[in-house]
Order: sequence, then structure tokens, then C-alpha cells
Amino acid sequence: MDTNSYLSISGLKVEYGGIKAVKGISLEVPKGKIVTLIGSNGAGKSTTLRTIAGVVKAKEGSIRFDGVELLGKAPDDIVPMGITLVPEGRRVFANLTVLENLKIGAYVHHHKLDDDLARVFELFPRLKEREWQLAGTLSGGEQQMLAVGRALMSRPKLLMMDEPSLGLAPLIVKDIFNIIKTINEEGITVLLIEQNANHALKIADWGYVMETGVITMQGTGAELLANESIKEAYLGKQKKS
Amino acid sequence: MAINTLLQHGLTGISLGGAYALIAIGYTMVYGILRLINFAHGDIFMMAGYFMIFAIASFPWYVAVPIVLIATILLGVLIERVAYKPLRSAPRMSIMISAIGVSYLLQNLATYLFTALPRGYPSIPFLKKIFQIGELSASLVTIITPVLTLVLVYLLILLINHSKIGMAMRAVSKDFETSQLMGIKINQVISVTFVVGSLLAAIGSILYFTDRMTVFPFSGMLPGLKCFVAAVLGGIGSIPGAVIGGFILGLGETALVAMGYSTFSDAFTFAILIVMLLFRPTGLFGEKVTDKV
Repeated sequence: MDTNSYLSISGLKVEYGGIKAVKGISLEVPKGKIVTLIGSNGAGKSTTLRTIAGVVKAKEGSIRFDGVELLGKAPDDIVPMGITLVPEGRRVFANLTVLENLKIGAYVHHHKLDDDLARVFELFPRLKEREWQLAGTLSGGEQQMLAVGRALMSRPKLLMMDEPSLGLAPLIVKDIFNIIKTINEEGITVLLIEQNANHALKIADWGYVMETGVITMQGTGAELLANESIKEAYLGKQKKS
Repeated sequence: MAINTLLQHGLTGISLGGAYALIAIGYTMVYGILRLINFAHGDIFMMAGYFMIFAIASFPWYVAVPIVLIATILLGVLIERVAYKPLRSAPRMSIMISAIGVSYLLQNLATYLFTALPRGYPSIPFLKKIFQIGELSASLVTIITPVLTLVLVYLLILLINHSKIGMAMRAVSKDFETSQLMGIKINQVISVTFVVGSLLAAIGSILYFTDRMTVFPFSGMLPGLKCFVAAVLGGIGSIPGAVIGGFILGLGETALVAMGYSTFSDAFTFAILIVMLLFRPTGLFGEKVTDKV
């Protein structure tokens, strides 16, 4: 695809104690776009995102962001560069209030947070109402909004999301995807992984299909949506390796 | 028992409890962040005792005390860097065994360097001043200990609830990996935890040894274990819990001594541990977590 790649992964291999989770993948995320990585459980999608975020070490390959190599950098170097991961399962800090969760999203910054907070509250008015509540008392959908809001507080240039729709009611899922679109329209590049391929491909500019550690297919969201074998892939009929 | 005797013992108990509380906080904070029982904590406390002996030999007390505090903090942070940090991703049992190793290392190092003979603990003159309220008489340290404990705990709770680093500590204690994803420098947070824990242990050591008057290489062992019990009693991971646990143990032990059962005062502590683990393993204020070592 196009050459103005923002995030560029090539030949990435990741192993966990002998298990090859990612077996040499290459992918490109152009600036300002939504790129999605779909595939079934255990395909290596989360590992890929976690490697980009720096919490998992790669075995070989390269991940470049805006021309800078990320491999070997720690998460606390990567977050200030403008890359933030909304982790799978939301992982809000249940023992912190909603407001504190948002503040901790901006942990690497030292500027005043008022504007950033106002922006997040504009996007998620529900969070404003629950500012003083402990995050653990929120519903699943609200927690997902908080997780996204928390990530936005770090002023990301590239926002990565790991299964944001997991375990949420269909209506809420729709909301979440709308918000992803809004965020993207504001100029934030999005790398999204989903099992809910239908939704993801609808909003994505470009999609990759991942199966057992390799990328098997790629194309525009619409192309992939139309593809018969894609439906099989994410329905879980993938080949046993 | 006359009311005065009761008050007198109560005062002693609260004072002992204050010193216990300060040490127990170190256990509970490290556990809260690393899920590690820092068995070396009692020995850090003992080393702080020796630091005081040496510092006061060359300096007036108001210089010696800061030196002791700083040296103890450095020791605590050094132990974390050398013995725990390299094991960050190792199974939890390994890091605990490492902690036991550090504990024995400090005890034996102290025996080797300072001999096993008890050394007299220097008395800071004003702490030892006796004063009287009615028929109660106590040295100043007995009054200062619980007051200072409460002030320090208050400051600590302020730090944890209202500062950026405190917020990071709470986040790290809940979820290591997500904290990393926020860009929090985990190692920095852990170091701060050890700084606070060691600082409080050093202050506790000054208060405790001023009362006990001698230090020997194993004088950290029993107080260390007792304060660990205090932390478990209060609910390990909870700071108010550790403080209340410390005071309960201090008062309980003193009460037994007062009633003439001083032989059993140590047994009392450990009996409490057993009863607590049987009936309320999460402690008085503990969070409900299932995986404990």
C-alpha cells in the first residue's frame, strides 16, 4: 500500500518461552488512517500490539514509528512518543477514581490537564457524571469509555486498541466504534484489533488478517468484508497448525 | 489494678505499638506493590540501629539522625536493586527466597563486622528526659513515638492519595502491566516504595532502640517478624491496617507483661497470626485477593 507509512513493522518475530506467537509479520499503518488487524483467538494480534507498546520483547524484526526504531525501547519511552495502547479487557484501575484514571493516562506529561480533561468529558459525558466514582464500580461499557479516555489523555498520535468491543452489549459496541471514527477524524491514527471483524472492517481504511502468527491477507476494509474466506477465518474455521 | 498503673502500661503499649506500626508499614507497602514479603526489612531496621551507633560516635545527634535515615534508605534501595530487581519477572517464590537470603546476609554481615556482642545504643539526651503528668512518669520517647507515628502515617496517606507518585503507586499496586502502558516508570515507583519503607524503619529503629538500649545482629529478627504479623493482622497491603495491627500488638504484649505473663508476650503475637490466618486471612482491612504466598 502507500508509502507514507507512519508505523511500519517488518519481519517481526515474537516468542513466549518457546512458543512462536508472531512468526515474521510485516505491516504498515499510514498516518491518519484506521488500520485493523483481525483474526481469531491466539492468532498473535494482541502480542503484536503489546510488542509495539514495548511490554513484550521481540525476537527479531523492526518496528519503526515516524522513522524511529521502537524495538528495545521501554514503554515509558514509547508512550511519550505518542503511542498508546488501550489494553484488552479495559484494565482500568479499579481502585482509582474515574478522574484519577484519566489523570494517570497523562502520567508522562507535565502540563495542565484541564483542556485534555474537558475534551475527554466532551467525548464521554458519562465519565464527567461519574468523576468521583471508583472505576471498579463502572459498567463494562463505561469502563471501556474510561479506558479510551485514559488513553486519549496521553495525547496519542497513534492509538492502538485491543478488542474494544469485547464483552459489550451491541448498542455500546456501536457507540465505541463511532467514537473510534470520531477520534480518527480528529487526526489520530488508529490501529485496531478485533474479533468482531464485521464492525472493524466497516470503519477501517485498510485491514490485515492474521492467523497463527502470520498475516494471510490484506486489503481495504470493503474488499475484505466481501471476501468469503475472511468470514471463515474469523468465524474460527482456521487451519490447525 | 490501679488506674494509674493501667495508664502507665497503656502508654508503654502505645509507644511500642507506634514503633511496630512504623516498621509494619514497610512490609505492607512493599507487599502492596511487589506482592513480596520483604524478609530483610527487620534486618534493615537492625542495620539502622548500628548506623546510629557509628554516626553518633562522630557527630552530634542532630547530624547523626539524618545520616542514619539516609544510610538506611540507601541500604533499602540498594537491596531492592541488587536482590529483587533482577528477579522482577521470576516466579514470586524466587524473589521471596532472595529476600530470606538478604535477611541472613545482613545478620551475618553484622555479626562479622560488629561481632555478636550487644552494643549500647546511644541515648539522645532529650528523648530520655523523664517527665511526669500527675503520677504518670515516662521518658519523652514514650510520648513522642505514638505521636510521631500518627503524624508520619498522616503524611504518608497524603502522599499516597494526593500526589502524582502516590497515584502511580496505587496504580502499580493494582496492575503492573497497565501501569507500564501509561508510561509509568515501574522501577522508579518501586524505589520510592523502598525509600519510604526504609525511612520509616529507620525512624522506628531510633525510637525502638532508644527504649531498648542495645543492638545486636539479631535484634531485627523478632521485631521484624512481629511487625510482619502486625501487617498481616491489619490486612497486608493496607497502610491503616498495618498501623492498627502495630498498635494492637504493642498494647497486647504490654498487657501480658503487665499481668505477669511476660513469658508469653511473644507467643501472643504469633498466636494472633495463627488465629488471624485461620479465621480472617485477609486481615482486618485487607483486600480480598486469593493468591497469596
